[in-house]
Amino acid sequence: MTEAFDIDTSDLPELAFTVNGRLVTLRVPPVRRLSDVLREELGLTGTKVGCNAGDCGACTVRIDGRQICACLTPVGQAAGRAVESVEGLARDNRINRLQAAFHRFGAAQCGICTPGMLMAASDLLAHTSHPDRQQVEDALGGVLCRCTGYRKIVEAVLHTADPELEFLVPETGRAVGAPVAKTDGLAKLTGTERYGADSAPADALWLRAVRSPHGRARFRVGDLEALRRAWPGLAAVLTAAEVPVNGFGIYPDIKDQPALADGIVRYRGEAVLALVGDAETIETLPDDAVPIEWEPLPPIGFDQARAGGAPALHEAVPDNVLVRGRVVKGDVEQAFAGAAATAEIAVETSFVEHAYIEPEAGYARRVGDRIEVVACTQTPYMDRDEIAHVLGIPRDRVRIVPTAVGGGFGGKLDLSLQPLIAVAAWTLNRPVRCIYARPESMASTTKRHPAQIRARAAADAEGRLLGFDFAGDFNTGAYASWGPTVANRVPVHCTGPYHVPQVRALTRALYTNDPPAGAFRGFGVPQAAIAHEALMDDLAARLDIDPLEFRWINALRVGQPTATGQVLQASCGLAACLEALRPRWQTARAAAEAANRAGGIECRGVGVGCMWYGIGNTSLSNPSTMRVGLKPNGRITLYNGAVDIGQGSNTIMVQIAADALGVPMERFDLIMGDTDLTEDAGKTSASRQTFVSGKAAEQAGAALRAELLRRLNAGEDAELVLEQGRVQARDAAGARMLDLAALPVDERGDVLSATGSFDPPTTPLDADGQGVPYASYGFAAQMAEVAVDLELGTVKVLRIVAAHDVGRAINPIQVEGQIHGGVAQGLGLALMEEYVPGRTENLHDYLIPTFGDVPDIECILIEDREPLGPYGAKGIGEPALIPTAPAILNAIHHATGVRITHVPATPDRVLAALQAHGIAR
Amino acid sequence: MRSYFRPVDLSEALALLVASPLTVIAGGTDYYPARVGRPIGDDVLDITGLRMLRGIVDEGDHVRVGALTTWTDLIEARLPPWFDGYKLAAREVGGMQIQNAGTLCGNLCNASPAADGTPNLLALDAEVVLSSVDGERRVPVAEFVTGNRRTIRRPDELVTALLIPKPAPDARQGTRSTWLKLGARRYLVISIVMVAAVLEAAPDGTVGRLRVAIGSCSAVARRLFKLERDLIGLPLNDRLAERVTTAHLAPLSPIDDVRGTAAYRRDAALVLVRRALNQLTEDR
Repeated sequence: MTEAFDIDTSDLPELAFTVNGRLVTLRVPPVRRLSDVLREELGLTGTKVGCNAGDCGACTVRIDGRQICACLTPVGQAAGRAVESVEGLARDNRINRLQAAFHRFGAAQCGICTPGMLMAASDLLAHTSHPDRQQVEDALGGVLCRCTGYRKIVEAVLHTADPELEFLVPETGRAVGAPVAKTDGLAKLTGTERYGADSAPADALWLRAVRSPHGRARFRVGDLEALRRAWPGLAAVLTAAEVPVNGFGIYPDIKDQPALADGIVRYRGEAVLALVGDAETIETLPDDAVPIEWEPLPPIGFDQARAGGAPALHEAVPDNVLVRGRVVKGDVEQAFAGAAATAEIAVETSFVEHAYIEPEAGYARRVGDRIEVVACTQTPYMDRDEIAHVLGIPRDRVRIVPTAVGGGFGGKLDLSLQPLIAVAAWTLNRPVRCIYARPESMASTTKRHPAQIRARAAADAEGRLLGFDFAGDFNTGAYASWGPTVANRVPVHCTGPYHVPQVRALTRALYTNDPPAGAFRGFGVPQAAIAHEALMDDLAARLDIDPLEFRWINALRVGQPTATGQVLQASCGLAACLEALRPRWQTARAAAEAANRAGGIECRGVGVGCMWYGIGNTSLSNPSTMRVGLKPNGRITLYNGAVDIGQGSNTIMVQIAADALGVPMERFDLIMGDTDLTEDAGKTSASRQTFVSGKAAEQAGAALRAELLRRLNAGEDAELVLEQGRVQARDAAGARMLDLAALPVDERGDVLSATGSFDPPTTPLDADGQGVPYASYGFAAQMAEVAVDLELGTVKVLRIVAAHDVGRAINPIQVEGQIHGGVAQGLGLALMEEYVPGRTENLHDYLIPTFGDVPDIECILIEDREPLGPYGAKGIGEPALIPTAPAILNAIHHATGVRITHVPATPDRVLAALQAHGIAR
Repeated sequence: MRSYFRPVDLSEALALLVASPLTVIAGGTDYYPARVGRPIGDDVLDITGLRMLRGIVDEGDHVRVGALTTWTDLIEARLPPWFDGYKLAAREVGGMQIQNAGTLCGNLCNASPAADGTPNLLALDAEVVLSSVDGERRVPVAEFVTGNRRTIRRPDELVTALLIPKPAPDARQGTRSTWLKLGARRYLVISIVMVAAVLEAAPDGTVGRLRVAIGSCSAVARRLFKLERDLIGLPLNDRLAERVTTAHLAPLSPIDDVRGTAAYRRDAALVLVRRALNQLTEDR
């Protein structure tokens, strides 16, 4: 939020300093944050604000050459000094070497931390031209990144001094499979990319929600007229009464979450009122000036909800069970009766926060009888339908324009500020903007579901799995969000990627007075994987079989049925992943065991974790449509409804469409995700964009190619050459020309365009969960090496090897980037991340991995082609995260013989477990 | 109307403090984080214009650390080995952004139980110089911080320096210091436990003087006086660490919080004290 001050600026002393070499003079309150002045007064929005507390480093700039957090610097201290921001790095429209290295090595994903990274690195490189890795990590260690896992950033800084930094320009028809740099990379590296907080109409009012300090309470709103009189800068105070249809939710039949609470709050952080007015009023009006009478009630926790008999959170759900999931195949009891070995485990996981570095932000404005919402989001089309529902208007009167997204990971799939700014702008007929503060973002938005899991597995003497029995409860918090998705996805996946003849998997999602748990990279599968991978290790140990070989024996293979009875037809690469790990595994296990024989306080261990993951929605239609259009100037526009949240769809969709059309990538321009301009490509979730939207892009490209060839009367293998005003087709028969100027243009300005659509074939699941829930699955096996301090319980991850069957790597550097980032988040899930409502609502109490926590990651890409996917590709986003925590936990077990079943495995939990087993020193 | 003063003259700054209550800021690294999503509503005295307060100066029997000395200044200063522990802390305070802006005195005045510098100042036996229009007073660090976010600084006073005594001339050669921090991640982490220790060797190769302080295990970092007494006169070898027992941790009163349990903190404090002593006696 901008900081406004109740002082006449003419009284202020003039502050003068240079910014990127240019002298600026300003009259602003000297105590204002430098970051705020750069962004709001000087329009230099390349400097990002992630926390306003010095915890994330996104706002890093240099003053007199030294890196500092602009959010912690009073602008008064800049007087007479030289400030450098990301906008100053490129000179004469040429990016500098550091930026080029970031671009070349894939060091930017969503890009929100990139300006901070670049400025921290600039400080380092100014006095150390050839830094080593430790120096890079120390210098950049004050900046958090949630996407990249840091390794490619280190690589980029280390290569800045390379004499040649070459950028790959793939030949026509060779874009797929090439590690090309991001099509939207330069904007992220120069600070020109616009995220949710980076733009708004100049006359926009500000909005701030007043939120519940209680987990469960009744409340009454007092005299708002008196508040308005006391604060004349207030344009409106919105309550539940002002929201036309006060319920939203991602399921068409579960609209259980109010935009503004109506007399009762169900979690701490829930929005109760929205204050709308000028910047100064909205910033300075304290919450306790707002007349709300609270009647706190005892909150219902997870244990209480599980036990049953607790008061109902929602009238329609008297037992607080939002949904039950069920997959049953065969007779699991019989499997256990005849088993040579059985194992069982209870696992407990915590709330995990997405911790994207960009807090939710955006603005809304009314345009005639339409509403436009410009905000960061993973799902513009669902937002459109939800905003239409909340405003009670047809959806063609809603336009969603996604900004660049500074990280999502599932957390920007739900509405956050969109209904508030939309209602305010609709009601007031004024543009209204809002930026969540970090604590507000953390308190109010969705989390990963905490899980309580009991599972057991049985195998025969040869090590073949016989049965798997799973019961999992998921804390879905106060509102449904994606709880049903989690409860339905987990039973399908909970056996792990193995062939198991008899299966019983039962799940529940339970309402509690905790924050709504929703979508987070993996939809419950990462929690379930901790259980199945522990069981695989335990069964292997009981049967005296190597853990990796045990998995290889049981790995799902083509022709085998899954727990839902789906017989996989192709692209089933787990065994290949394990085979790729095998030599590394054998060496690393032997080395760890040899090291441990010497004794000592530090114990080494090596563990493996496997996963499979269904790409796309579970047994639900999830089509994507893509459009490519040809302009009279010979350029191609990709109308791309798939939102790039950093994972790279803006790049790979162009790679795919370019090859399908048979023209070079650089002929393409891109329009992303504007619901007025693009087709519906669904949501960026469930690892579906490459597989589903990618296939649509391939088909769109192919359709336009077919149309051009038809008009040119050319054969299928003709080469298309796009030029200003014309298209040529060249083949053995010679060259033919199509004059584009002669063709009529459509409303988009295209002379020709074509669409492609793809909806992966699935079937509904029956009462026992049998059917075809997904058209394709990703597979992976990861290996973790750890060192455990037996005196302190600390765990250091030394190395990760990640083997992933991705079908086909459309862009290997981006696939690696996804794996690195997934590993980092999996490491956080395993070792440090635990969101506690009311206690860890910031980025210093809630810990995500830093530069020094993510080890070297070796990526091994297995390309077992998926016949349905574009050029054989399937998804990688979520598969990247899922095996990491199990691999780390299994490595701790290998090191110490102690199994940690409550994550995160914080030092105190690990030491307590070591002490309980008499292992601690 | 909110005031913001940034005087360049110490006497002017002290006069301003007499005139009205002001929030003192230097690096701003604790000031702004306490005001996230909330209005900046206080009248501020920004002391970064008082250039004379920046720097580390040898003043004979002690070293003076000016109030504007940053963590980076400490890291980059050429200082004798008894500052090594304090320097180790400087490298772990936030990221380099924080080290470049945050000041040693600010860290002490903020009086967080987890302040990275305070155990070192206790182990260095440092004094705080408080200045006001009435003059100066010197207070040992142990008396300066009185509780969580509480110090004895009066509203009209400014902390202008830290005074760090030198070891006795014959002990300087054999004085070592260290600092160990335990956190749940590598960078940007608030300690679960930290230990600072300064050991002066006696000419006969035994422990001459020893000061050990623990942070994050009580509202204010605490010295372990009994341990220090028990080890004096003992040989400087790896047996020293074995003398440390849980009884020596009696001054601590750790709590359960999101970073760790109280029981864990006690266990970890014992381990860290032993490791610190091992470091100080290594290769003697």
